[in-house]
Amino acid sequence: MSTDPSPETDSPAIRCRGLIKSFGAVQAVRGLDLEIPRGECYGLLGPNGAGKTTTVEILEGLQEPDRGEVEILGMRWADQGRAIRRRLGVQLQEVRLTDKLQVREVVRLFRSFYPRGPTVPELLERVHLTEKRSAYVRDLSGGQRQRLSVACALAGDPDLLFLDEPTTGLDPQARRALWEIIESFRDEGGTILLTTHFMDEAERLADRVAIMDHGAILVEGTPQQLIATLGGAHVIEFEPTVRVEVLELGELPSVKSVRERGPLRFLTCDELHETLPALVDLVKSRGGHLASLTTHRATLDDVFLARTGRQLRDG
Amino acid sequence: MGDLRSLGQLTLSRLRVMLREPEIIFWVFAFPLLLAIGLGVAFSDPMPDTPRVAIESGSGGERFIEALRADPEIEVRILGVEEASDALRRGEVSLVIAGDESTLEFRYDPTRAEARTARLAAERSIQREAGGPAPVTIRPQEIEQRGHRYIDWLIPGIIGFNLMSTGLWGIGFYITQSRQNRQLKRLIATPMPRGHFLLAQILARFVFLIGEIPLLILAAWLFFDVPMAGGLLSLTMVVLIGAASFCGLGLLASSRTRTTEGASGIINAIVMPMVVLCGVFFSTARFPDAMQPLIRVLPLTALNDALRAVYNDGLAFTAVAGELVLLATWGIVAFILALRWFRWQ
Repeated sequence: MSTDPSPETDSPAIRCRGLIKSFGAVQAVRGLDLEIPRGECYGLLGPNGAGKTTTVEILEGLQEPDRGEVEILGMRWADQGRAIRRRLGVQLQEVRLTDKLQVREVVRLFRSFYPRGPTVPELLERVHLTEKRSAYVRDLSGGQRQRLSVACALAGDPDLLFLDEPTTGLDPQARRALWEIIESFRDEGGTILLTTHFMDEAERLADRVAIMDHGAILVEGTPQQLIATLGGAHVIEFEPTVRVEVLELGELPSVKSVRERGPLRFLTCDELHETLPALVDLVKSRGGHLASLTTHRATLDDVFLARTGRQLRDG
Repeated sequence: MGDLRSLGQLTLSRLRVMLREPEIIFWVFAFPLLLAIGLGVAFSDPMPDTPRVAIESGSGGERFIEALRADPEIEVRILGVEEASDALRRGEVSLVIAGDESTLEFRYDPTRAEARTARLAAERSIQREAGGPAPVTIRPQEIEQRGHRYIDWLIPGIIGFNLMSTGLWGIGFYITQSRQNRQLKRLIATPMPRGHFLLAQILARFVFLIGEIPLLILAAWLFFDVPMAGGLLSLTMVVLIGAASFCGLGLLASSRTRTTEGASGIINAIVMPMVVLCGVFFSTARFPDAMQPLIRVLPLTALNDALRAVYNDGLAFTAVAGELVLLATWGIVAFILALRWFRWQ
């Protein structure tokens, strides 16, 4: 086992207070607080440019905050940087590993940096790259590269894993394969900080999520709690051809909330079969019809929309 | 730092990447060889200008000094017997005038283009001064023995040039590329000792040298019959110190570069002037005296001088301690500055 100085293991995996970081005139992170207990998978959700990557890189010790305090596994970067790094697994965005190395050579290189951890074959097995062990990085697909990157992050048997938009740019099958690997790490008791702008990813993997925008956390809780703040389990999205008042829509049966966005109207409700016919009747009675109509179960995207008036993927 | 596995793996990785890049193999192994072959086959000094002539002091040539000085086509000076012989071998002068009162002796390397110019000009001035059609007997003596030709002088320069360019390009380019691909950032997110990464670059260079330099020496011997006058140990010492020095400069050149284009510019700006100034293809003596202090302080000059002293003149490395200290100083200062300025992301 590790000979690292091991501070009290009941300290949270991540604790930070009042993080502030600016780049020139742009304030990327504005007074961020975070506390993530051990064993939790925490999703940091937000559009591009929300400050997720800056936040994560500060926590990873790759950037220094202008102000604020960071504690990782009960240790501080300033005096125990090396000890922290031995227990972190990190996956960064947009790293191009050397094309001319073989998969197992890359894993062996990263394994050599850590005093303890699984063997190279074990790591390859874990990310399902055993058959690709002699392939050059250059010849891997996007999903395989990303799994290789996760194998490198797992090389030191980390207590805490940082994943920065791990499935961006991957096809659905490759995303599911990566999710399974992440889930197995979580199921073994590892702590994960995951950033993503995919709500489905956060909903599937994260025990708790925070929605981040403009360098600050807007709201935090389990995915279910956040969705519950919308007040209804379903979302009806439609475009009426005639003017219908918000107040009128709010009085339709089972409706919990009403929002407008351009010509579109959004209703959240608990019972679709009660709300929908009443909505159609209302619009018809005004001599109009619905130019578009869709319904879906409420998601984190709706929470983000409700909080910011924008959609997550809009960036 | 107790665990050297990371250093070993980093060095191995660097070597693998190098060996798997066909173009790097070309630049490291084939290019200097082709360069030497090309210049050797051409067998002439590529940049003829006013030829320099030395008169051996105490010889019969001394009485023509004024006449020779008046000739605008040559530059003349008086040197001691040893000095003159060394200067001729090093290409600092193209012609040595020796002999006694009755018969003058012209020594030159016929493979150097400007030697012929010097010979014709000097002969014309001497005969005119003596009032002749041909009152003075001149005996030409072609110096063409092994170890005294242009190619013999050129090969150590090519080795020096190779050590410089592979050090700067091999280290500087790879580091910049790793920074641009965010690999450096990924590496420092691990507990890898940062010094190991930098040290691995240098170690990988040294491993490559084992193939690189003997190949050049062997090829020079096979194709051109170029002998190695000095000892292997001395040559190894000079090569290692020279290589380490340029590795330091390579680290410094790439300590903050963000793009490979930017790195190319900086490395070219270092390499190009030294190729011209530091006696790779022609002697540094061709530059005006005012430039000599600058030329003497450049690392490639020190390396080429030390290499030629061992390779051509058969001296031990202790005889070029001054050059080696200068080289080491360049390397150490560059390494320290590189460590201080190095940008990992």
